[in-house]
Amino acid sequence: MKNIRVLMFGWEFPPHNSGGLGTACYGLTKSLTKSNVSVTFVLPKKLGGLNHDFLKIVFANIRNIKIRGVTSLIHPYITSELYDEYLLKAPEHQLYGLNLFDEVRRYGLQARLIAAEEPHDVIHAHDWLSFRAGIEAKRISGKPLIVHVHATEFDRTGGKPNQFIYDEERRGLHAADCIIAVSQLTKNVIVEHYGIEPSRVMVVHNGIDHKDFRHALPPALKNVRESGKKVVLFVGRITIQKGPDYFIKVAKRVLELDPSVLFVVSGSGDMEHQIIRLASDMGLGDKIIFAGFVRGDELLKLYRAADLFVMPSVSEPFGLTALEALANGTPILVSKQSGVSEVVTHALKSDFWDIDDMADKILNVVSSRGLHDTLGELGSTDVEHVTWESAAGKCTQIYRDIINSAK
Amino acid sequence: MTSVCFYFQVHQPFRIKKYRIFDVGHDHHYFNDKSDRDINNEKILHKVANKCYLPTNKLMLELLEKHPEFKIAYSFSGVFLDQLEEFSPETLVSFQKLVKTGRVEILEETYYHSLAFLYSKDEFVRQVELHRAKIKKLFGVTPKVFRNTELIYNNELANFVEGMGYKAILAEGADNLLGWRSPNFAYRSPGTTTIKTLLKNYKLSDDIAFRFSSKSWTEWPLTSEKFANWVNEVNGNGNLVNLFMDYETFGEHQWEDTGIFEFLRALPGAILKHPDNEFITPTEAVAKYPAVGEYDAHNFVSWADVERDLSAWLSNSMQHEAINNIYALEADVFATGDAKIIEDWRKLQTSDHFYYMCTKWFADGDVHKYFNPYDTPYEAFIAYNNVLHDLRLRIADRKTKRVQSKKDVVVKKKVAKKVANRAPTVHVKKVSGKKAPKIAKK
Repeated sequence: MKNIRVLMFGWEFPPHNSGGLGTACYGLTKSLTKSNVSVTFVLPKKLGGLNHDFLKIVFANIRNIKIRGVTSLIHPYITSELYDEYLLKAPEHQLYGLNLFDEVRRYGLQARLIAAEEPHDVIHAHDWLSFRAGIEAKRISGKPLIVHVHATEFDRTGGKPNQFIYDEERRGLHAADCIIAVSQLTKNVIVEHYGIEPSRVMVVHNGIDHKDFRHALPPALKNVRESGKKVVLFVGRITIQKGPDYFIKVAKRVLELDPSVLFVVSGSGDMEHQIIRLASDMGLGDKIIFAGFVRGDELLKLYRAADLFVMPSVSEPFGLTALEALANGTPILVSKQSGVSEVVTHALKSDFWDIDDMADKILNVVSSRGLHDTLGELGSTDVEHVTWESAAGKCTQIYRDIINSAK
Repeated sequence: MTSVCFYFQVHQPFRIKKYRIFDVGHDHHYFNDKSDRDINNEKILHKVANKCYLPTNKLMLELLEKHPEFKIAYSFSGVFLDQLEEFSPETLVSFQKLVKTGRVEILEETYYHSLAFLYSKDEFVRQVELHRAKIKKLFGVTPKVFRNTELIYNNELANFVEGMGYKAILAEGADNLLGWRSPNFAYRSPGTTTIKTLLKNYKLSDDIAFRFSSKSWTEWPLTSEKFANWVNEVNGNGNLVNLFMDYETFGEHQWEDTGIFEFLRALPGAILKHPDNEFITPTEAVAKYPAVGEYDAHNFVSWADVERDLSAWLSNSMQHEAINNIYALEADVFATGDAKIIEDWRKLQTSDHFYYMCTKWFADGDVHKYFNPYDTPYEAFIAYNNVLHDLRLRIADRKTKRVQSKKDVVVKKKVAKKVANRAPTVHVKKVSGKKAPKIAKK
């Protein structure tokens, strides 16, 4: 079988990721390269220079992937941390101004050079920051362009899109030969808000790498658990999209009936201070722990310490953290407005705004062994088939189809 | 001679409404959903009455009038009859008319269509007694044949029910228990002397109940002539064809447009065309045919799912927790002496509640999903669990009040002490005094 060469444009890559996008690019490319696909992954800049851990890790762990940094994009004012910050910020934030949009344009110009240098059969661009680069690359090489939507501006902003970003997204979606959406939910948004024919959008659900979650770890929150308290966990960026304010309101409602439940919020983001204030204004200071941004084994330990993982997202194109929780055997309660709810059956599902419904479910899980165990056991079996291999297989088929139809 | 024995199960549970934890302590009405959802018991009963009970009863009456040889049997759960009285008296009248023909037998079961035999023999006996009284009251007859909820059966049950005086008990004709033997004979359970076990011929029963409208089935479309030929083939290697199925097969599980009513209308005539065929009721069947061998069921068998075991109701830990919780309340429930509390506790024993919590194949969307009025097994469990919290509060509340009133009485009058002690338990003694009595003896 012919080897397929993919020129892939992304924006972040672990461990320099602020959220699911980097994790998804990592998981997908790693599985793609196990089959007959070679990937040249383009990042807008070299994170922290050539000696950065990041490059070593990727080169060491992922065969067939070349990481190309676009050196000219190193900007005097912008550190890698700030880039991550940009990704997090809502568009109205003042820092989210011309600088980032400049970077997107420059990334696009650089993409022309890369497209000329790197041999490839298909172009694959992840989310709006890379769409322009994808379009430019296609202009040079004439190869088919696939744009992959992990989130839209409607999801990130709670329905109040920034015009520039919306235009970039729209341009990329219309220029693409094929669109990949991470869920049916996201496909619907693309069709509804961006004027795209449904037949042009393929749904490829994200997956997880199960062996990343199987190693033994010392327990976290041991004292809390030994005191008989139950732990309810939120993991995600603290932004409007993820519904952290609903989490606090649900916590309040749960604690009215069962004061022994402890709520843990892991993540950071532009609403962080606002949420901490909200919690303390509601008198929940000692009932909610803010753990900050946690990754790796520390995050795994949190998942395992929790009796229930809650994802009250207002709009969640996928929601990888929910899969991670299940892979650790922890039951989940997810927003019906989430892509992950399409692939997981053994999960509790609520409307994000239905505080009473979520509180009802949380109170039942923390008080009933039977409910907790059934959800945890069947849920973790449920996600065993939700893998990056499966996602990569679907992408490979899309590559083949599109290359053949371009001939 | 081949005797065809038709038996139909007729049951509707009291489904629990969407009951949130915030309703605990405020709302003691668990079964009164008035929404458009399928947990609205009145709505479901009307729907099924119009699609199945009324048209099928009308047809059965026609058939009984047309063919003097035609006979059938029903088992009505008590909670089904309660709902007929409350929501659809005309349906009840149509069943009464059928029974009046004298060729329609009614079987015994637990009033609440429960799994009580597995958890409390005392409660099992009480629910059978309640059922017997209800049947006597509504139909003027006393059942002589027993069938347990969803054909759940084992040797112990057969022996126990023999002790209660029944002449026959129905069971699934499970392949693993029959081995090479045919279900088309009467059997007996090891250890029994008089009671006979009648086994469902699941192949022929399910041809009607499940496969009738399945276009991927090689025998589709099923005609009454074809089915009658299959019955004729039993001649010579069996004497009894037990066709046991849900009554809702007609018009509800198999819709009218599948041709199920035309099939049923022509079936008695087609079967009676063969001179060696006849129809028979379960009581007549055990009077006519001797038991040919032992049907040895150490473990429970049922007619549910491909497993034909208890896993539809009792396979995940939610189901076990819920059912253990409900039976753990038994003593406390009776100690209240509160008829409403006792009734609610019993309505919560109906097997359907646990069926709705089943997670087997939930992901594949099969029959469990079709028959589940809740979106998920988890929603079913949560509503049940919340209701249980409320029931516990009501029990505790009665207890406090009782203790309080007792104290008052003691202080006021020593003489009154006896009365105060006895009063709340009078009901208990009345319903639980007898153990495995010979209640079906005539």
